[in-house]
Amino acid sequence: MTSLYLQSNNCIMEIRRDVFQAIADPTRRAILSLVAIQAMTPGAIAENFNSSRQTISKHIQILNECELLHQTQNGREIYYHLNPEKMKEIDKFIEPFRKMWDDRFNKLEAIMKNYKK
Amino acid sequence: MEKKTKIHAEDDRLDLVITREFNLPVELLFKAHTESEFVAQWMGTKVLKLESKKNGGWEYETSDSNGNVVFRANGVFHDFVPNEKIVRTFEMDNVNFAPQLEFLEFEKLTDDTSKLTMQIIYKSIEHRMTQLKLPFAQGLNMAHNRLEEIVTKLK
Repeated sequence: MTSLYLQSNNCIMEIRRDVFQAIADPTRRAILSLVAIQAMTPGAIAENFNSSRQTISKHIQILNECELLHQTQNGREIYYHLNPEKMKEIDKFIEPFRKMWDDRFNKLEAIMKNYKK
Repeated sequence: MEKKTKIHAEDDRLDLVITREFNLPVELLFKAHTESEFVAQWMGTKVLKLESKKNGGWEYETSDSNGNVVFRANGVFHDFVPNEKIVRTFEMDNVNFAPQLEFLEFEKLTDDTSKLTMQIIYKSIEHRMTQLKLPFAQGLNMAHNRLEEIVTKLK
C-alpha cells in the first residue's frame, strides 16, 4: 500500500490528467453538471462563475484533457458536451473499493459462523 | 448474487458510508471487531495491539509473502459500547495522510442477523478520493505485476 502512495506522489502530472483528480475540484464538478444539461460555449460556462474567464478556461482545458468533455464546432463557436462514457469510468472506480470491503465482510461472516455468541 | 456491501459516497462531502447486513447475531459481529484472533483472520493482518475499550489503542501490521511490512496502521477508541457502537481513529504509518474518524454502528435485525453501518470521515475531499481510488489502483498494479510475471516466464 505504501508504495502506491509514493508512486502517486511521484506522478503528479499524470494524476492531474486522470478523471478522478479532475472531479476532485468543486468548480470542475460544477462545470460538468452545467454541460450535462446542455452543450455550452466556454463563454456561457464562464458566466455561471465569479472566477475569471481565464480560470474557467483552465478548468475546461483540464476536463477536456481528461476526456470528460468533448467539443463540437458550430461556425465560429466551440460547444462543450459531457462525455458520458468517461463519466461511467468514475462509477466503475468505486467498485474495487466496494469489493474490497465485500470480500473482507464475506470472510468475517464465514469465520464467525463457526462460533456461538 | 446481490451485492451485500454498499458504499454511499456523495459528491462534495468529506465522508462515506459503508453498510452491510450479516447472517450473524450482532454479538458475533461485534466480537469480530474487538478480539485480536478474529480481526487477524478476516482482516488478514497481524494485530500488534487491540485494547477494546474507551481510550484504548490499536495497532495492525501487514506483511507480504516475503515478510516485508507493507502496511501499518494505528488508532484510538473514543467510544466503545458493546454490541452497539465503536468510535475510533484510523491512521496509516509512513504516509502523508491525516487520520480518519470512523463511526461503527452495530444493529440487531433478528436473533441471527445484524447490520453494520460504518461512517468514515476524512480531512479533505482529496483524501477521501485517494482512499476510494486505492483498491482501484492496487487492482491495476496487481494486473500489471501479473503481466510482468507472465512476460518474464516467456523470455
